[in-house]
Amino acid sequence: MKISINGLHKAFESRIRLGIMSALTVNNKLDFNSLKEFLDVTDGNLASHIKALEKEEFIGFEKSFVGKKPNTRYFVTKEGKKAFNDHLEALEKFIKSRKSV
Amino acid sequence: MKNEKDYIQDIAEIRSMMERSSKFLSLSGWAGIMAGIYALTGFYIAYKIFDFNPVEIVYDPVISSSLYSGLLKVIFLATGILVLAIITAILLSYLKAAKRSENLWNHTTKRLLINMLVPLCTGGLLILILISNGLIGLIAPFTLLFYGLALYNAGMDTYKEVKILGLIEMGLGLISSYFVEYGLIAWALGFGVIHIIYGIYIHYKYER
Repeated sequence: MKISINGLHKAFESRIRLGIMSALTVNNKLDFNSLKEFLDVTDGNLASHIKALEKEEFIGFEKSFVGKKPNTRYFVTKEGKKAFNDHLEALEKFIKSRKSV
Repeated sequence: MKNEKDYIQDIAEIRSMMERSSKFLSLSGWAGIMAGIYALTGFYIAYKIFDFNPVEIVYDPVISSSLYSGLLKVIFLATGILVLAIITAILLSYLKAAKRSENLWNHTTKRLLINMLVPLCTGGLLILILISNGLIGLIAPFTLLFYGLALYNAGMDTYKEVKILGLIEMGLGLISSYFVEYGLIAWALGFGVIHIIYGIYIHYKYER
């Protein structure tokens, strides 16, 4: 089961994945190194989180060349945008419901 | 299962990441204050020592040759101030970024620079055209105008106050385009006094 009872998506339980989604939502496209710098994580760590989000098809990538260097840029897919929005709404609801108790 | 505190922390993290990854926040208030001080010093030198204060829009290079000899000095002075202000801003931004253990040169900085450079270069070229046509009185107002446009454009990529700063500079530029005799005063106000006020505001709001 991917979605827990309160609508919070399992894929976003890791704060690094939340960070990736946040950074990619406000910046149309970002390359690996920019993401790494913003999140302050190691290559391997970031790569595994990116792979997890790719597997959910929440983010996609496009490859291009800067001079002779290959450059991979990541972006949020339509599904990813929706899932992230739903997650944010669920977070909001959850906190509101707790406050009113 | 996470608890409530974790979720609040999640939201804080999302907010901070969105801001950090999309905005250039390394500009130091001190850079504004220093730029203002340089500008006021430059204004004093141009006004008191070089006796440069155009009161009309058009000058004939042959008739007003004394103004033109002063103009060259003023152009060097203005370029010097600009270079000094830019070096100070880069240096202070570098220090601020290092303090927050961030890299100064990232894609936000690049975007900010491109967004500023387009109006600035257009303005710079236009001012060269003005000079070559003897439209000396419009130089100061037009620097204000295009600097304001550049700041307004950059406002999306950095502190939102930069947008307001841009609007003020544009306003001063427009007013002094009409009242040309106040061009130099407006320039000192826009680049000097307003920069210092802005720098102090940013310093107290974000750097303490």
